[in-house]
Amino acid sequence: MTTPELLDLLPLIVLGAVLGLDVVSFPQAMISRPIVAATAAGALIGQPGRGLAMGVALEFFALESLPFGASRYPEWGSAAVIGGTLFAQSPDGTAAAMTTSAFFALVSASVGGSSMILLRRWNAFWVRRQQTRIARGSGSAVMTLQLGGLSSDLLRGGVITAAGLILLTPLHEAVLGTLTMTPTVSRAFVVSIASAVGLAAVWKVVRLTPGARWFLLAGLAVGFLIAGEMP
Amino acid sequence: MTAIERLPLRVRAAMLLRTFAIQGVWNYETMLGNGIAFSLEPALRLLPGGKGGEAYREAMARHSGYFNAHPYLASVAVGALARAELDGTPVDLIERFRVAAPGPLGSVGDRLIWAGWLPLCSALGLLAFGLGASPAGVLLIFLGTFNAFHVGLRIWGLHAGWAHGLRVAQALANPVLRQGPAHLARATALLAGIALPVAAQGIIGPGRALLGTVLGVVAAGATAITLLHGKFEGWRLATIALALFILYSVVR
Repeated sequence: MTTPELLDLLPLIVLGAVLGLDVVSFPQAMISRPIVAATAAGALIGQPGRGLAMGVALEFFALESLPFGASRYPEWGSAAVIGGTLFAQSPDGTAAAMTTSAFFALVSASVGGSSMILLRRWNAFWVRRQQTRIARGSGSAVMTLQLGGLSSDLLRGGVITAAGLILLTPLHEAVLGTLTMTPTVSRAFVVSIASAVGLAAVWKVVRLTPGARWFLLAGLAVGFLIAGEMP
Repeated sequence: MTAIERLPLRVRAAMLLRTFAIQGVWNYETMLGNGIAFSLEPALRLLPGGKGGEAYREAMARHSGYFNAHPYLASVAVGALARAELDGTPVDLIERFRVAAPGPLGSVGDRLIWAGWLPLCSALGLLAFGLGASPAGVLLIFLGTFNAFHVGLRIWGLHAGWAHGLRVAQALANPVLRQGPAHLARATALLAGIALPVAAQGIIGPGRALLGTVLGVVAAGATAITLLHGKFEGWRLATIALALFILYSVVR
């Protein structure tokens, strides 16, 4: 990859870093949700609509992995930037673009999730190192730790995004060259899988609330009616 | 110690802003303990002796230890602890609060936000996309709706914590926090039910040749993932399915 090509990626890397930071550290305003992150990545390369389509597909998956407590979950911020970029870069009508972009985004989300676990261990290490100062009530130790943690997370998101884009863009292009499935089949397959995950996730969340399952069934009926009327 | 009835606006603003970064150094040992001290710090400067004084240092050391809560509702604890420290509440009462508060603040927050408000707003964004809203419109609907409540909750939490001090459990009896999760779950179920087929149709685009197959895969897939609940995550199964599909498309 040449220097100008790397410079072209810089805004996307910064976006991935900032959105990776939003997942846990700051400000948790959900700008890291795929529906936002992939759209923003698409917008940066002039294709917000294609970014949004990818973001919606990934949002179905993300419904399953809500950030409860100390649970381990995929990191969607930088992953959705990668997925949104790969899909938005493929010209409209490219065979299998959505399937491959979604796959690479899910792989990136998994790697990003692992990187968050490493970061949490790294943070614990630094907290232990500062323990003597903290025990003395040092305000600067608290501040240093906080800024260090935020900076590390920002860097983590940037590194994941940069590595993902640099490694996966050529791989994505190479894979696309060998695939022949139509864009419609590609989208339908991703939507089928994503909807199944999303539906199961919603069921998991609402099943213990009295009456909620009937609301879900009623909603699905209304949704199918609306979808049936769409052109 | 002279009690402070009302925190200066700049102190409240600084504390509120800092709560947005309360998980900045989240880790498996102290969890968001450092973030609590970080968010409290502007108020602790008002202790006798000011920043760096003995009271300040003792309080900073006390609040940097283990603490866990939902990040949005942690502002309740920040407000309550600020009040307790500035009122000169005995240390053992403060320590008891620090032990007792994480459970309720975590479970209420998880049910209200992660299992309620976030999926609801997500479904709202998906529905907006399915109904043809522009990319900017979808983002505005999702982010605007989510963050109106998110930011409001942080502000309310800080205020309620300060107003009630260590008796802030009364504030957690607020009907929105007690009954809100059940209502949100029903609203989420209804809205997600509508949004899933509409958004799916929005992605597939014109033509219904594949709709039957899609519905079959969705029904079978959702059933399988539900049955596998706790054993395998759906998104991991999806990654494997996508990989196999790509592989099949390459070799066929």
